[in-house]
Amino acid sequence: MTNFNFVCPVPDPLVDFVTQSHGAGGKLSQELIDKVFLPAYGNAILATKSDSGELAVPAKPGRLAMTTDSFVVRPLVFPGGDLGSLAVFGTLNDLAVQGAEPLALTAGWIIEEGFAICELHRLAQSMGDALRRSNVQVIAADTKVVERGHGDGCYLTTSGVGWIRDGIMMRGDRIQSGDRILLSGTIAEHGMAVMTYRNGMEFAPPLQSDCASLWPLVKKLLEEVPGIRVMRDPTRGGIAASLNEFAEASKCCLRVWEEKVPVRPQVQRACELLGIDPWVVANEGKLLVVVPKDDADQVLHIMRSDPLGVEGAIIGEVDATHPRKVIAQTRFGTHRIVPMPTGELLPRIC
Amino acid sequence: MSAYSSEDVRDVEALAQGIHRITKGNWTVMEVCGGQTHAILKNGIDQLLPPAIRIVHGPGCPVCVTSMEVLDRAMEIASRDDVVLCTYGDMLRVPGTKTDLARIRSQGGKIRVIHSPLDACKVASEELRLGTGRQVVLFAIGFETTAPATAMAVRAAHMKSLPNFSVLVSHVLVPPALQAILSDPDHGIDGILAAGHVCAITGYEAYEGIADQYRTPIAVTGFSPVDILRGMLAVVTELESSKGDTSRHTRVINAYSQVVERCGNVAARRALDEVFECCDQVWRGMGTLPQSGFKLRSKYQALDATERFASETSSIACPALPTIQSHCRAAEVLKGKIRPTQCEAFGKECTPAYPLGAPMVSNEGACAAYYHHQSRNDPDVLGGSSR
Repeated sequence: MTNFNFVCPVPDPLVDFVTQSHGAGGKLSQELIDKVFLPAYGNAILATKSDSGELAVPAKPGRLAMTTDSFVVRPLVFPGGDLGSLAVFGTLNDLAVQGAEPLALTAGWIIEEGFAICELHRLAQSMGDALRRSNVQVIAADTKVVERGHGDGCYLTTSGVGWIRDGIMMRGDRIQSGDRILLSGTIAEHGMAVMTYRNGMEFAPPLQSDCASLWPLVKKLLEEVPGIRVMRDPTRGGIAASLNEFAEASKCCLRVWEEKVPVRPQVQRACELLGIDPWVVANEGKLLVVVPKDDADQVLHIMRSDPLGVEGAIIGEVDATHPRKVIAQTRFGTHRIVPMPTGELLPRIC
Repeated sequence: MSAYSSEDVRDVEALAQGIHRITKGNWTVMEVCGGQTHAILKNGIDQLLPPAIRIVHGPGCPVCVTSMEVLDRAMEIASRDDVVLCTYGDMLRVPGTKTDLARIRSQGGKIRVIHSPLDACKVASEELRLGTGRQVVLFAIGFETTAPATAMAVRAAHMKSLPNFSVLVSHVLVPPALQAILSDPDHGIDGILAAGHVCAITGYEAYEGIADQYRTPIAVTGFSPVDILRGMLAVVTELESSKGDTSRHTRVINAYSQVVERCGNVAARRALDEVFECCDQVWRGMGTLPQSGFKLRSKYQALDATERFASETSSIACPALPTIQSHCRAAEVLKGKIRPTQCEAFGKECTPAYPLGAPMVSNEGACAAYYHHQSRNDPDVLGGSSR
């Protein structure tokens, strides 16, 4: 969680705002690194200030996984998270759902001239907190400054390298008829928190982003349930997009029981107010898992005994009736197709 | 956790059973409001009805019926460097003659998505405070439900003498549209579910004459699955009991009495009356309908964006939409003559990502509702029959 009472500790001679000189590679660039980034998330590898960070590949059979994601969220700080923590958790989650244990991250900042250094410090600190909590390091980083008016405050790109041990293979085409679909908790919280906060819509208590690292939960699942077919963190496009990706990859029909999909009443109300379907709204700390039927109860048990999955549920099953379609069964016993969201009306949220 | 309680589920079951029990004839019922269209398809309400009842969808999506002429006018205004256009989100992608507002925004047009017309007053005050010299135009669309909020924004701007605020009014009224649909001898509609939120503002006295003149029962109906089935039960009951009885007076039934009163919301009606007067209005797909829209009264004429931006200079060049050989049959969809899936372009060259007609754009549009939640009425999808 971000500390809102942050007092800027950055002393002179750093000016208060980022200028073109901070991105020019000279003295001010060094000061930005030394006084903002290294205190926030420095480590022995970053401290060498080499052009590349080196890391040892685990000496066990397996494969490397690599991912990258750019974060352009507005506002930079929102209830439940901020750009810094989101950029760490988002990339860790992309690795985790592939079954990859995180080895290292990189961070690329693009900062608009005039951005407050206090603000940058706060985001970097939050990034550091998220890294420490996740026990992972940033081993390479870059900072660029763009002219005023050519950016939107600050953007952050993180890439991640992870290790997938032998025997783990997460792929949508492994889904089979008869499998069960599980979800680790309530949906639409990140997207609605950001959207309502940005639009100045007040809810009491405020909607909170679910922004969190899924790796601890995924790690337990991988250790105990080797048969998991595929996992996904349903970010942009929500569970509707992820379920459609599964249906397309597997050529199966995914049938979801609407009443089993958990939505907090407050989030449901916000969605109704804005005319938005919670199934298409982004999550940043939820896990969708497809498993063989016989493993479903065990996965549910592991989920529910983890803080990230206490509201986990078996939300549906896979069959062969309507290949490549996602079908929702309503509380009234009727059915509807859940299409791949077009998403054009959703504000930019991650 | 779900949007509906187990009590709702019980009510839905009981109402659906009631409708099955009383239905003897074949009836075509039109729901007027886009919110109802969406709720019917999202919850599969049509699947709960007996096959003898056919639902068709009416012109109740405000974005869908906004005329091309007004849309083009809005785009012209939004293309000016010195203007901020405030409008609702689903207006952005409705295609005009040449382009849409989203494209104008991508080329630098200042378009703000708002949730309430009063937001536009705030934007105007802010622009004034910052001394940007920009004009703020509220693109005010919608039925009688959104018009009172527009009226409040107009009054607020007038009282504050906001010099940089004006409004492009394109509000439309439901009763004249119903009259136009029912006066077509081939309309084929037996009963109507009227939009509950519209009636909450206006009341339903105006519907009584229409029901009687065209011998078509109208039920004032809400938006939840329970509300919709309650309205449907009321209409079917009326149809079944008046079958063959030509002497009988055809009624308006208030099936949403927890919200709607016969005389509506007096304060809202007063606000509407103070700010607007009725005028002839062009409806997309339906032509000009007499006395079917609002315009500003002369007291507020100075806030009329059409007059303020009479000259046609626009400063942002915007690439035109790709021209597609269009088979769009939106006009027939809006009048309930065909279902969206009967249009040759549906789901093929026309999708929410690349809409040909307005009903595919808005969340409340019938085509978008079918695209998103295709029900059993689509023979190729859920294996049901096409009636």
